[in-house]
Order: sequence, then C-alpha cells, then structure tokens
Amino acid sequence: MAEDPLALLPELIVLAGAVGGLLLGLWTPQRRQGRVAAVALVALTASALAATVALAGDERVVFGGTWTVDVVTGVVRIAVAVATGAFVLLARARFAGHPRETEVYVLGLLGALGAMALAASSDLLLLVAAYLLASVPLYALAGFAKDARGVEATLKYYLMGALTGVLLLVGVTALVLAGGRTGYAALAVGLADAPAPLVALGALGLLAAVSFKAGAVPVHFWVPDVTAGTTPAVAAYLTTVPKLGAVAAAFRLLAEPLVQVPVDVVLGVAVVATASMTLGNLAAFRQDELLRLLAYSTVSQVGYLFMVVAVAGRSDVAVPALVVYLTGYAVTNVGAFAAVAVLPGARTIAAWATAVTWHPWVVVSLAVALLGLVGTPPTAVFVGKLAVFTAAGDGDLMWLVVVGAVNTVVSLFYYVRWIAPAFRAVSQRADFLPGRGAPALAPVPATVLHGAAVGAVALGLGAGGVALLG
Amino acid sequence: MLLTVVVLLPVAMVPVLMTLPRSASRAATGLWVLTTVVEVALVGWMWARYEPAEGIAYEVATRWIPTVDAGYHVGVDGLSLPLLALTNVLFLGTAVWSVREQHRPRTYAALFLFLQTTVLGTFAALDLILFFVFFDLSIVGMYFVIAGWGHGDRQRSALKFFLYTFLGSLALLVGFIGLFLASEDRTFDMVRLAESPPLQDSPVAGSLVLLAIGVGLAVKTPTFPFHTWLPDAHTDAPAAGSAVLAGVLLKLGTYGFVRIAMPMLPDAWQRWAGVVVVVGVVSVLWGALVALAQTDAKRMIAYTSVNHMGYVVLGLGAAGMVGDADAAARAVATSGAVVQMVSHGLLTGALFLLAGFLWSRGETYDFERWGGLAGTAPRFSALFAVAAFGSLGLPGLSGFVAEFQIFTGALQAAPVGAVTAITGILVTAGLFLLAIRRLLAGDRLLPAVDRPRGPVDLHVHEMLPVVVLLALSVLIGLVPGPLLDVVEPAAGRVVELVSR
Repeated sequence: MAEDPLALLPELIVLAGAVGGLLLGLWTPQRRQGRVAAVALVALTASALAATVALAGDERVVFGGTWTVDVVTGVVRIAVAVATGAFVLLARARFAGHPRETEVYVLGLLGALGAMALAASSDLLLLVAAYLLASVPLYALAGFAKDARGVEATLKYYLMGALTGVLLLVGVTALVLAGGRTGYAALAVGLADAPAPLVALGALGLLAAVSFKAGAVPVHFWVPDVTAGTTPAVAAYLTTVPKLGAVAAAFRLLAEPLVQVPVDVVLGVAVVATASMTLGNLAAFRQDELLRLLAYSTVSQVGYLFMVVAVAGRSDVAVPALVVYLTGYAVTNVGAFAAVAVLPGARTIAAWATAVTWHPWVVVSLAVALLGLVGTPPTAVFVGKLAVFTAAGDGDLMWLVVVGAVNTVVSLFYYVRWIAPAFRAVSQRADFLPGRGAPALAPVPATVLHGAAVGAVALGLGAGGVALLG
Repeated sequence: MLLTVVVLLPVAMVPVLMTLPRSASRAATGLWVLTTVVEVALVGWMWARYEPAEGIAYEVATRWIPTVDAGYHVGVDGLSLPLLALTNVLFLGTAVWSVREQHRPRTYAALFLFLQTTVLGTFAALDLILFFVFFDLSIVGMYFVIAGWGHGDRQRSALKFFLYTFLGSLALLVGFIGLFLASEDRTFDMVRLAESPPLQDSPVAGSLVLLAIGVGLAVKTPTFPFHTWLPDAHTDAPAAGSAVLAGVLLKLGTYGFVRIAMPMLPDAWQRWAGVVVVVGVVSVLWGALVALAQTDAKRMIAYTSVNHMGYVVLGLGAAGMVGDADAAARAVATSGAVVQMVSHGLLTGALFLLAGFLWSRGETYDFERWGGLAGTAPRFSALFAVAAFGSLGLPGLSGFVAEFQIFTGALQAAPVGAVTAITGILVTAGLFLLAIRRLLAGDRLLPAVDRPRGPVDLHVHEMLPVVVLLALSVLIGLVPGPLLDVVEPAAGRVVELVSR
C-alpha cells in the first residue's frame, strides 16, 4: 500500500498556493493584491507541470486505495490548473483593487483542489469530502458581488447543493450497507450480488451529487441563475472547473463500483445525458443574454460528456474520449466566457455585436470558440465528440449517438445566433477608423480568448498526442 | 508530398493575406489570383504525370488520432483527379472574376482560399475523418461567404444553408462511426475499408449505415427531397460563391457516393440501388419542372443543378443493379456520372458567373425586368447561349458526353428510369430556350438602378473565366478521350468493388 505524499504533489502545490496566497493577502495593501494573483498563477503553473511529469508515470492507487492517480486524474489536474489560471487572469482584470481581491484567488484555488480530489477519489468517503471542498468555496464565489441577483442565485445554488449533498450521504450509506466497504475496488466485488433496491438508491444518490456539480439535468436549475448572476470570470470558473472533477468522478463511479450491479445504471446515465443536451439546447434557443446562453450551452455540453460516462468501463475508447472531450471543453468553454469578458459593458447579443464592430479578430476567435463548442473540426471538441460518439456506439448505445448528433445540429442554431450579428457588424462597418466613442477592448480577457481559440485548434490538430495518453 | 502542397497551399496563403495592410487590397487580390494560377499549374503537372493504370497515386499517410485509427491519408485516383482539376480551374475563374471586388477584398480572398483547401482536401482524402473535417469546414467557409458578401435575405439563407448541410454532415458522421465500429480492424481508413467492406453479412445494420451516409450526402448533392436549401442559398450568394457552391461543393456529395458509399457498403448499395435510381429520376424531373416555373434567372439555374445532379445519382444507382446489367454497362454509367460532375461544374460555374453579371448591372435576376440583351450585351448573350446549350446537353459540349454515357449505361439496368429521365432533358431544353428568349430576345429592357456599375456588357475580367470554363466544356465535348482515359479505369474499379 503506497503512502507516497509525492503522488499528490500537484494537489499539494495548489493547497500551498491557497494557504500562502491567503497569508500573503493578509499582509498586503489593498491596491497591491495583484501579488496574490501572481502567487496563484505560479502555484497553478507548478501544479500543471508536476501533473504533466506525473502523467508519464504508471497508474497507481495511493493512501489506502482512496486516491487513484491515472490518466483521467492527470488530465483533469492539468485542465483544472489551466482553467483556474485563466480564471485568475480574468478575475484580476475584473477585481483589481477590490477590497476582497485576495479571497477570489484563494477560493478559486480551493475549489480547484476540490475538483482535482473529485476526479481522483476512489473511495466513497473521499468523494464526500471532495464534494464539499468543490462546493463550499464556490458558493462564496457565486455570491461574491453581494448584489441582489447574485445573492438570490447563490441561495439557489447553496440550497440545491445542500439537497444533493444529503442525497450523496444517503447514497453512500446505501452502498456501504449493500457492499460493506467504501473503497471502489472492494465495492465492485461486494455490489455484484447486492440487493437491487439498495444499489439503486445508492447509485441515485451518488449520481445526483455528481450531476449537480456537473450541472446536468435535472439538477441544473442553479446553472443559468448563477452564471448570469455573476461576472464572466466567475461564471467561466463555475461552469468549467467543478464540471471537470464531477464528470471524472461520475466516470470513475460507473467504471468501478457500479460496473456490474443488478441495476441498469447505464440507461439511467444515458437518460440524464439525453435530457441534459436536449433541454440545455432548447432552453438556449431564445436567450438574448450572453451569460444565460452560455449557461444553457454548458448544460448541453454535460450531456455529451455523460454519453461517455454511460459507457465507462464498457468500451476501450471511453478513457481517451473522456480525456479529450474534457480538455477540449475546458479550453473552449473558458474561451467563450472570455469573449463575454472582452466587452464588459455588453451583456446581450445585440449589445455585444455593436460593441465588437471594430475588433474583427475578436469575432474570429469567438467563431472558433463557439463553432468549437458545436464540434466543428478541427477543434478539440470535434475530436472529443468523435471519440465520445465512437465510444457510445462501441458500448451499444447507437441511439444515444443519434440523439447526440441531432442535438449538435440544434445547438449550431443558437451559437450562430451570436456569431451572425457580430460578423454582420464587422463586415458592414464603414471604412473609417473608430472615433472616440468606440468601446475599448479589455486586453487581458482578449488575450485569454485568443489563447483559447488557438489552443482549441492546436489541441484538435494535435489530438493524437492527448488521445495517446488514454 | 506534391498533393499535400496542392491541398494546403491556398490556406497557407491566408495568413500572408491577412498580414497585408488593409489598403493593399489590390495586392491581396493579385496574390489570390497568383495562388490559384499556381494551383492550376500544379494540378496540371499532377495530371500529366498520372498513370491511370496505377490506381491511387501521390499517396501520403500519417497518423493523427491513433486511438480511433484516423489519420492524414490522402491520394489521387481517376475519380478524384478530374475533380481536383475542376476545383482549381473553377477557383481560378472565381478569383479572376472577383478582381474588382469592392467589399473587403482581402477577407474575401482569404475566405475563398480557405474554401479551396477544404474542397481539395475533401476530394483528396482517403480517410473518413479527414474527409469529414474538410467537408464540414467547407460548410463553415461557405456560410461566411453567403452571410458576408451575399445580397437579398442573405442572413436567413446563409443560416438555412448552414443548418441544413450541417444536419447532413452530422448524419454522415454517424454513418462513418457505424462503419468504423463494424469494420474488422477498427479503422477510418477508406482504402482498408474498401478492401474488406464491413457489414456484408448484416443487411439491417448495413442498410442503416447506408441510410445515414446516404442522407448526409443527399443533402449536400442535393437530391429530392433534401434540396430545399439550395435555391435560397444560391439566390442570395454572391456570383463567385454560387459558382463555387454549385460547381464544386455539390460534387462533394456525389463524390462521396462513389468514393465511400459504393465501395464500402457494396451489399447495401446493391440492395437499395433501385431506390437510388428512383431518387435520381425524381430529382431529374422535379428539378427540371420546378426550374421551368421560375421567374428568377438565378433560381432557375439553381434548380437545374438539382436536375443535373439527378443524372449523376441515376447513373450511380444503375451501377449498383448487379443482377440486371453486365459490368461493362454499369462501368459506363459510373464513368458518365463522374464526367457529369466535371461537366456540370464547368457549365453551371459559367452560368452562375453570368448570372452575377445580371445582379451587378441591374440588382435583379427577374426575367420580367431584362430583355433584348442580345443587342445591348452581345458578349454576355453569346456566352450565355453557349452555356445554356451545353447545360441542356447539346452534342459537342461536355454535358452530352456525360448524359449519353449515363443513359447508355443505365438503360440495361433500369430501362424505365432511364427513359423517364430522358424526358427531363426535354424539359431542360425547353426551359433554357425560354430563358434565352426572355433575356436575350425581345425589346430592349434594362432595370433602372440608382448607381449603374460600368458598361452594359461583360468586362474582360468577367468574360475570361466564363470563356475558359466553356472552352474546357467544348474540349471535353469534342475530345473526351484524355478525360475518359483517366475516369474509365477508376469507374471500372468502383463497379468491381460494388459488385462484391
């Protein structure tokens, strides 16, 4: 039984960054709190590097079988670190000089730690702890601005999180009763001939909790309110980082303890996937507010991710598919939210299109990011979608592949609803230089947006490398 | 390596174009024309060195997504080489036609170069995923061409085009995944899939995969009943965009049938060949009759595309009727279908460019508002007449060679279908003669425009591309040998593959 603390080096670095950042923030004057952002960025970079190095190592289970370090963990670590880094940059652009600036970064780091732990847990009790660590800091982040809309959204978020947290505990209890253990490996054996109702209750509770963290239907009601009630930076974080951990956790649950149980969990997850992508897409149709549109887009994206969760452990392509889609989604989704942050004053499609008139490259990157979310080649999500569809078909869920394909076409409509007016504004503007009235671009979010667009294409073209890991 | 250069050179010029200063629009256009000239030269060189007997040439294969065995695998054979050549000629034509483009010429040139790569890539691809990547990107590129440089209700038309053809491409992807999962060694490689076709013994699964792929390609082609996006997209697209859309983008669909559906799903193709023939015949008649009813010249040309693509589908369907006809007849039908793709690209490309003349001078395509152009615009009239006669299948032009082969080849396999489709030619002849009478004959009638753009006849830069396209059509019509030498062996191989 390996008890090697170095196996958790990436997590420990993030933890050190959070604690160190908090202490540094206490002794730093308000207008110099950018230092804490620097500390956070250094910690995240170091964590990502450590995780990359660890990827080359063998798969192993440490700390009494509670913590699995494999490809999924490794890639989630990197993606979480990169997405949180982007969040720190976006948040710095928005919160510089804010009285509680330090807290933003520290909460972000702690939530990142929770997401990493979620992805790595292979023990029910660690899963509960990770769930709390990935939830509590996020409540504080969601209501950070303390305005009416944000507070209402946070309350909703918190109540729903508390509810699914209770369901999680009920589920854990049921599975422990049925299987006699908390470790996934032991549970897989113990649950094989356990009473079906107990296993069903357990699976339901666990899936409710991870679905809540991932923002899947039917526990997605917090997503649009929280996303639209906060700043683009925090919205990008809340719809990316916990999702990475939660989807990986769901994948692990299906692949290990629930792989051979007397209940049809595969069908259950497939139904959640179908409902998420369909409802997310339909709800996104008529949104004029950018953040609400993106919020529903993330709900539908979870649907595609849950397709691969459904076939976890049942297809050879499942792990590479999960890894590629998660990475691609993280990069592309952060890019889309950065596009909102680029023009801070514009919250609706029409206002954004008007404001972007003099920035054609922003429109190009937006198109790459949004078409990337649709799954247009050669972006990363395309490769992810291809792999996910293949894995689902391989796991005998061809009907789910058809549902996914139809939903992809449907989703194109609302993404184009955003691209088209922006493209029209740029292509029809008069041929003179902007006067003083032209809205300025926020430089850091613009950099994040362009970086994400380039990253999405590069990841898609270099997908072979990412997929090889699996 | 040479093929990779041919495919990627246009898109490689895009960053160069975009770094040019905004004021250097003439330089940008010049660079665009130069690139397309080089492309034509390169593909001509490839053609000169190609030995029809050797099958696939200029092959390159590199791994890309190893977990699903998808790679960058490209190559050229007798099916793709003529279409690659057609693509480059047509893009050169559109570049020359657009040298005086006023609206954001730099971005316009960049978009067309991007489109050129996507089309070349689709024709050259020997891997299903690579095919899909380029296929899908061609839709994105075309969307921006229509939305940015079209006219009329272009946003709506562009969106309709995007959604409709995207639906087709997703159906295609589902079919590709079906092929992958069913294949013995789990691959997306076209050559290997064609060597050992999957699903030969499972009729239901094979038929479903063919349905997905067939619908995907039928939307793109387009055949009845999936053609409704086409007239809107064409009417509102700029002339050069229409020429490319009808000239080469539609061929991506029919090419997919020959390249993917027939060799990889021979059993299912044989089983459903009768349905394919019916779809082809209905497209022929429907396209012709609806075209006859149009009062808008560009919509009329658009609907004749449905008619002409119907002949291709008819020929390919007949090629699959293994029990009803001998291999030689079916090879003739297949070869006719490929020649028809090339011929339609040349003639419709010319017709759409000529339709662009109507819009640039009068901002309308309405037959009622034009008349007597033979007197006012003799160059336009002469070229329009030649293109129209070519399009209705007059001997001496390429359309005749193609349609004659299709009918000869299909007559044995599907006599009723072939004879019914021949009546389509009569309707097409009628509608083109009607169009000639309405536009060229009669009293002189020009629409009143606020700001007339230049003289009422073709500029040199507008005339040149049309002349070249029509000259090639005449060349194929008079001396079809060189083209058939390349196409026939490949068509024979397709028939061999589909007969398994």
